[in-house]
This record gives sequence, structure tokens and C-alpha cells, in this order.
Amino acid sequence: MMELTDIIKEENLVYKKTPLMTDKVLSYCPGCGHGTAHRIVMEVIEELDAMEQTIGVAPVGCSVLAYEFMNIDMIQAAHGRAPAVATGIKRCYPHKFVFTYQGDGDLAAIGTAETIHACNRGENITIIFINNGIYGMTGGQMAPTTIEGMKTSTSPYGRDLKSMGNPLKITELIAQLPGTYFVTRQAVHTPAAVRKAKKAIRKAFDLQKENKGVTFVEIVSNCNSGWKLPPVKANEWMVENMFPFYPMGDIKVDGELVKTDSN
Amino acid sequence: MARVQGAIVVDIERCKGCEVCIPSCPTSVIELAREVNGKGYHYAYMAQPEACTGCSNCAVVCPDGVITVYRMKKTA
Repeated sequence: MMELTDIIKEENLVYKKTPLMTDKVLSYCPGCGHGTAHRIVMEVIEELDAMEQTIGVAPVGCSVLAYEFMNIDMIQAAHGRAPAVATGIKRCYPHKFVFTYQGDGDLAAIGTAETIHACNRGENITIIFINNGIYGMTGGQMAPTTIEGMKTSTSPYGRDLKSMGNPLKITELIAQLPGTYFVTRQAVHTPAAVRKAKKAIRKAFDLQKENKGVTFVEIVSNCNSGWKLPPVKANEWMVENMFPFYPMGDIKVDGELVKTDSN
Repeated sequence: MARVQGAIVVDIERCKGCEVCIPSCPTSVIELAREVNGKGYHYAYMAQPEACTGCSNCAVVCPDGVITVYRMKKTA
């Protein structure tokens, strides 16, 4: 058995938090997927060596303080308006990487119009969409993406489709639009999923350089505070209940819809 | 016997004790400490340091990015 002090040396370093994440303590609840999603986006930007070439747009929601944690140029947009702000930035600075980082309340509820129109216009931006099926910051209210039967503070007996309507698969919806080029759905609950999601984000940023249109990465995430579950249990619940409704994988690649059993 | 020996360093004060790293470790190295950090969270630590292979799964999945991973070849 070697001593730990022999191993813990600079030359043996394998993995370290990227310097593109600031040293501020994340404001998220323990186990929240936001932190992982933040980190992999920043790791991709580090790999691209595009720290000074990237402008991010933060949303309103739990990740409203993303500009505090991401050590790059950031703008904080009005609720739901991140794709519109990103459009403006990208048109002024067409050579910069521009991405928005939005939650489901921001992107799929109040920002539906901006999202759909930015995607339909085919702006050369990347949209990172964190979907946890709930309004986390305001106390776990039902969101458009809340799945059937899911309990939230405004649907305490579970979402009833008759009275509350159907959950919105906004990712499938925007994949139908001609302006989107790459649409995928990923998760960050296991190391394998994180590595896969990072590859998808890398691909989205690479395609942005080619000016092909909107690249859209949905990350199905947990909200353990909103779901009233411990973090590990929340991830298990997500796999059992969210993934059947929000299946993992690419939805649109190279501007063509991917054929699956469901469509 | 694994030919590599790994080690992790947990930033104790930033760890929130969410336990997401524990099921992600293939060799069950990590456990939560009995002690708490300044914020009152039980922090992750290496309970079986000799089993660590430095695969960095825990660090990749850690939402708060508190884990740093080191790895070296076994000399003996």
C-alpha cells in the first residue's frame, strides 16, 4: 500500500474542476444536476480554448446566478427571453460562440415564443435546456413539462391530464422546425451519462462554428427538493418515470429527424 | 490486483453530502463521514483508499465539482 502523499502529487493529477468554473459555492441544492451541467458546458469551452470567444445567456430560475459560477462573459436575460438576447448577441458577434442555458419553466413555459421563433429562424446559437419537470426555484410548482401523475405543490394528487392538460415535449416540437440542425436529449445522473452529455454539448458547439442553425441539447435532470426525494432516490425516480416519457438519445442529427419507434 | 493506485481529494467545505458519488464508484471507496463540515453536511471521504483506481467517475458525476482525482502506477 502506497502512502496517499505519494499519490497526491501534481504529476499524477487525473481530474480537477475546470478553472472556467469560479470558486464560488454553487447555490443549488445538494445533488442537483445543474452543477454537473454547468461544469460540462465549461469543460467543453475549455477544450475548445474558447474562454474569451464565448458569451453565455443565463435564464431566470434556479440557474439565474449562472454568471456567478461560469467564469466567462455572461448576460442574464429576462424570464424566457434568453434565445432572443442570444440572437442579438450572435448577430452582432457572428464569430463568437453564443449559448443559452435555460430551465424548463424558462424555456418551455414563459419563453415558448422566443424559443420556437429563434429555432424557426435558425439562429446559430446553442441552447442548453435543463428539464426537471418542475419549477424548482419558486417551490416546486407544476411546469408544462411535468409528467402525468407527478406530484408537485400545485398538483398534490399528481398531474391529471383531463384538468391540467398534457405535458409538453418541447424538444420533439422544435426538432420539427427547419431552423434546427442538431437536437438531442441527454442526462447527467451517472458518470457514463455525463460523459455522453458532454460529447453532445461538444458536438453542438462544433456545429455552431459551421453556421448550420440552432443546436439544442436537452438535459433531463433531477430536482430533489421539488420532488421531495433524497438525491440518489431522485435519480432513480428520474430513470423509472421521466426517461420513458423523455427518451434519451438524438432526435435530430445533421438536420434530419432520427427515425425511432415512436415517430 | 489493480496495477494502478488512485486517490481522491474532497474539498470538504464545499461538499454538500449529496451521496451521488457513492453509487458511481465501481470499487465502493467512498462513504460519508460521521463528522460534518462547516455547513453541517456529512462530507464524502475515502473509506477504502486502497481500493481506489482513480477512474474519476465520482469527480465526473459530482454536481459541485469538489473531487480532485490522482492516479499513479504501482511501483511494487
